[in-house]
Amino acid sequence: MARIKVKKTLAPGVRQFVVDAPLIARKAKAGQFVILRVCGEGERIPLTIADSDAATGELTIVFAEVGETTTKLGKLNAGEEILDLVGPLGKPTHLEKFGTVVCIAGGIGAAPVHPIVKALRKAGNEVITIMGSRNKDLMIFEEELRKVSSEVIITTDDGSSGRQGLVTEVLWELIEQGKKIDLVVAIGPVVMMQAVCHVTRDRCLPTVVSLNPIMVDGTGMCGACRVTVGGVTKFVCVDGPEFDGLKVDFDELKMRQRMYLAEEKRAFEEYKITCGGRC
Amino acid sequence: MSEQQVKKTPAVKQPRQDMPRQDPMVRKHNFSEVALGYTEEMALREASRCIECKKQPCSKGCPVNVDIPAFISLIKQKDYPGAINKIKETNSLPAVCGRVCPQEDQCEKYCTLGIKGESVAIGRLERFVADAAMAAGKTGKPALLPATGKKAAVVGSGPSGLAVAGDLIKKGHQVTIFEALHKAGGVLVYGIPEFRLPKQIVQTEVDYVAGLGAEVKCNFVVGLTMTVDELMTEAGFDAVYLGNGAGLPYFMNIPGENFNGVYSANEFLTRSNLMKAYSFPGNDTPIKVGKKVAVVGGGNVAMDSARTAIRLGAEEVYIVYRRSHAELPARKEEVENAEEEGVIFKLLNNPVAIIGDDKKWVKAIRCQRMELGEPDQSGRKKPVAVPGSEFDIEVNTVVIAIGQGANPLVASTTSALNTNKWGYIVTDERTGATSRPGVFAGGDIVTGAATVILAMGAGKIAARSIDRYLKDQPLLTAEEEAAAAVQDKK
Ligand SMILES: Cc1cc2nc3c(=O)[nH]c(=O)nc-3n(C[C@H](O)[C@H](O)[C@H](O)COP(=O)(O)OP(=O)(O)OC[C@H]3O[C@@H](n4cnc5c(N)ncnc54)[C@H](O)[C@@H]3O)c2cc1C
Ligand SMILES: Cc1cc2nc3c(=O)[nH]c(=O)nc-3n(C[C@H](O)[C@H](O)[C@H](O)COP(=O)(O)OP(=O)(O)OC[C@H]3O[C@@H](n4cnc5c(N)ncnc54)[C@H](O)[C@@H]3O)c2cc1C
Ligand code: SF4
Ligand code: SF4
Ligand code: FES
Repeated sequence: MARIKVKKTLAPGVRQFVVDAPLIARKAKAGQFVILRVCGEGERIPLTIADSDAATGELTIVFAEVGETTTKLGKLNAGEEILDLVGPLGKPTHLEKFGTVVCIAGGIGAAPVHPIVKALRKAGNEVITIMGSRNKDLMIFEEELRKVSSEVIITTDDGSSGRQGLVTEVLWELIEQGKKIDLVVAIGPVVMMQAVCHVTRDRCLPTVVSLNPIMVDGTGMCGACRVTVGGVTKFVCVDGPEFDGLKVDFDELKMRQRMYLAEEKRAFEEYKITCGGRC
Repeated sequence: MSEQQVKKTPAVKQPRQDMPRQDPMVRKHNFSEVALGYTEEMALREASRCIECKKQPCSKGCPVNVDIPAFISLIKQKDYPGAINKIKETNSLPAVCGRVCPQEDQCEKYCTLGIKGESVAIGRLERFVADAAMAAGKTGKPALLPATGKKAAVVGSGPSGLAVAGDLIKKGHQVTIFEALHKAGGVLVYGIPEFRLPKQIVQTEVDYVAGLGAEVKCNFVVGLTMTVDELMTEAGFDAVYLGNGAGLPYFMNIPGENFNGVYSANEFLTRSNLMKAYSFPGNDTPIKVGKKVAVVGGGNVAMDSARTAIRLGAEEVYIVYRRSHAELPARKEEVENAEEEGVIFKLLNNPVAIIGDDKKWVKAIRCQRMELGEPDQSGRKKPVAVPGSEFDIEVNTVVIAIGQGANPLVASTTSALNTNKWGYIVTDERTGATSRPGVFAGGDIVTGAATVILAMGAGKIAARSIDRYLKDQPLLTAEEEAAAAVQDKK
C-alpha cells in the first residue's frame, strides 16, 4: 500500500500524484518505472517515475486518464492508498557525458523526460528540451523542465503556445542549423518516437526511446512486453524500457499495443455505467 | 522413523477407489475443481487396501519420505488429526501435494500392490486427510522455539520459500518473505489453474505461515527494490534463502512469434489465474482466446494451458507436441482429463512458423511432421523432421508452453553468487548452501522447472542448514559429514 500525499491536476485528464513510497524512492533512478494496482479486481499497469526523493521517501507519478485503470486511479484522493505499488522496475537511463543531448517530450512524455534531463545535466551535458503537445492546456511540466534544461523549445499543434508545428520539425531545424547533436532522447506516443527516429536515422544520430508495451508482471516472467529490437526479441520490462530507437520495430509495437483494444473499450464503457457517469 | 507407534490393521482386498470428478461436459465450462476428493467412506475403503509394508517402499519413492503406512493406518482408525500430523512431520503442504504430485512416478510407483495390480491411491488419501483437517479448521499451530533474535529473508513465496519460512519460524528465527507479485504462492497461484488447485488452499497455506509469525512482503522485487547484498548489510538479515523459481518463459524463436494472439504459457496462465481474466470484465485484466487455439508443448504447463483455453470458450484446442503420446511429459491423469475435455492431440508435429494476417494477428501455425529416431542422451527417442511435410493448422491463438528457465534478476544483482551456464544457482544439494556464506537456495531456481514436492523438500533441507548457520554450527552434523564422505568416495 502506498499513501497518496499530494494530488494535482496538471491538464484536463492528466494527474500528478506524490506518493509515500520510501523503499522505491530510495532506489529509483531516471528511466525506471513502477507497476501499480488500484483495487482487488484491478489490472497491473506501468507508470514511469517522474521524480523521486530518497530523503523524503516521496515518489511522483504523472498519468493520463485514458482507460478504466487510469480513470479509477485518478479518482483516488490525497490521503488514500494505492493498493499495490512495486518498483523501481526496468533499467535506469544510461548516463554519461555525451556533449549535447536533445530530449524530445511528446504530450505526457514530459513527465518521464524530466528525471532524465535532470540526470543528463548532472552528468555534465548540455540539454535542449523540445516539448510538444496538441495545445497549451495539455502542456505539462513546462516549468519543471525549464528549471533543469539548458534550453526549452515549445511546439503545439495549434500554435496556442510556443511555435506551431511538430517536435520533429524543430529537431530537423536544429540539425539543419548545423547544431552538433550527440544524442537524441525521445519519449512520448509511439508515432512520435517513430517519427523522431525517421529523422535521426538519416543523419545516423544515436537515438534513445522509452517503449511502453502492454505489461503484466514487469519482472521478465511473462513475455507480454516483448518487442523486436535489431531483429532480436527483448522484454521491455527488464531489458528496457529504453532502447536504441534506430533498431526498434515500431510497427510491431503499435500493433501489439492494440491487442486488447476492444476489451479495454468494453471494460471502460461498463465502468462508466457502473460509476454513474461520474468518471 | 515414526515417533508415535502405530498399530497395524489387516488389509482388505478390493479395487482402487475412483475419485469422483466433475462431468467433462460440465467442467469444460467452469473453473471449479475437477477432482472432487474422496468421501470419508471412500477414503476408509481405499485405506483398507494398504497392507502396511514394513519396508515402506512407497515412502522411499516420496521425495520427502512421508511415512505413508503410518498415516494410512491412522486413517483406518479414523484418527484424521493424527494422520495429518504424521504427514506434516515431513510434508508441510499436503493439501497441495495430494493434488499435484506426480504420484504415479513417485510414491505410488513403488507401492507393493502396484506390482501385481493397482497401487494404493496415496495422493488421494493425503488430499483427503489434508482437506478434512482444513475443513475442521485444524491446521494446527506447532510449538515455536524461543526467539533467537536472528533474522532470515526468504526470496519468493512459492512452495520452496513457504517451506523454509515455516520451518525457520518454528526454530525461533524472525522471517520475512519477499514476493515480487502482489499475491503470495508462486506458481501455485499464478501458474497452476484453479480447476486443479483451488487458490483458497494456497491462501490457507500462506496464511498458516503468516499466522506462525512470518512477515509476507508482497510487491518487493529482490534485485530491484533491494538487492540481496543490501538485505544483508543494510536491512540486517543474517541469512537469505533464494526460492525465486524458474520464471523465465522460453520462446521457440520461430518467425511470427510476436504476432498478436501469441502468448507464453506464463502470460496466458498468469492472466487467467493470478489476474482472474476468466471473469473479465468483473476483473479488469483481459485475455484473448480465439475459436481455435494451439498449445505448443506436452508437459503439465501445456495441459493446463489447453484446458484453460477450453474453459475460456475456445471451440477447438490442439496440443502440438513433437514426440508421441508415450513421451508426453505431463501427468497421465492430466492428459486423460484434457482428452475427456476435447483437447485434440497433434502429436509428432513441430511448429516451424506462425502465420499472421495483414493486421499481424495469428491465423495459422505451420508445423512439420516428425518421426521418432534413435534414443538421445535422455533416453527418449529423438524426433526427426520429415522433409517436405509442412502443413498449416488454422488457429487464432497460440500458447507457447515449451518450458521455463532461470530469471537472472536475483543472481545478476547478488555478489559472489555462482550460477551454472543456464543461469541456475549452484548449491551443495546436501545443505542448500550457495557459494556465498549465509545465502542458501533451492527449488526451481536451482534444479530448473521441477515439481512442488521437490521445491518444498529443498526448502526443508535449506531450513535445517540455515538454522545451523544462524547458530554458528557446521551445516552438516559430524555423522552427516562422515556419511557424505563415504558417499563421495563411492
Ligand atoms: C514502461 C511504461 C511506462 C509508462 N509510463 C506512463 C506514464 O508515466 N504516464 C502515463 O500516463 N502512462 C504511462 N504508460 C502507459 C500506461 O501504462 C497506460 O496508459 C495504462 O496502462 C492504460 O491503462 P487503462 O486501463 O487506463 O487504459 P486501457 O483501457 O488499458 O487503455 C486505454 C488506451 O491506452 C492504451 N494502452 C493500454 N495499455 C498501454 C500501455 N501499457 N502502454 C501504452 N498504452 C497503453 C490502449 O491501447 C488504449 O488505447 C507507461 C507504459 C509503460 C509500459
Ligand atoms: C503451469 C504449471 C503447472 C505445474 N504443474 C505441476 C504439477 O502438477 N505438479 C508439480 O509437482 N509441479 C508442477 N509444476 C511445477 C511447480 O509448480 C514448480 O516446480 C514449483 O512451484 C517450484 O517452486 P519454487 O518455490 O521453486 O518456485 P515458484 O513456485 O516459481 O515461486 C517463486 C516465487 O518467487 C517470486 N520471485 C521471483 N523473482 C523474485 C524476486 N526477484 N524478488 C521477489 N520474488 C521473486 C515469484 O514471483 C514466485 O512467486 C507446474 C508448474 C507450472 C508453471
Ligand atoms: S508428498 Fe507427494 S510423493 Fe510424497 S507421499 Fe505425498 S503425494 Fe506421494
Ligand atoms: S507400499 Fe503400498 S501397500 Fe505398502 S505400505 Fe506403501 S502404500 Fe501401503
Ligand atoms: S511484463 Fe511480463 S515479462 Fe515484461
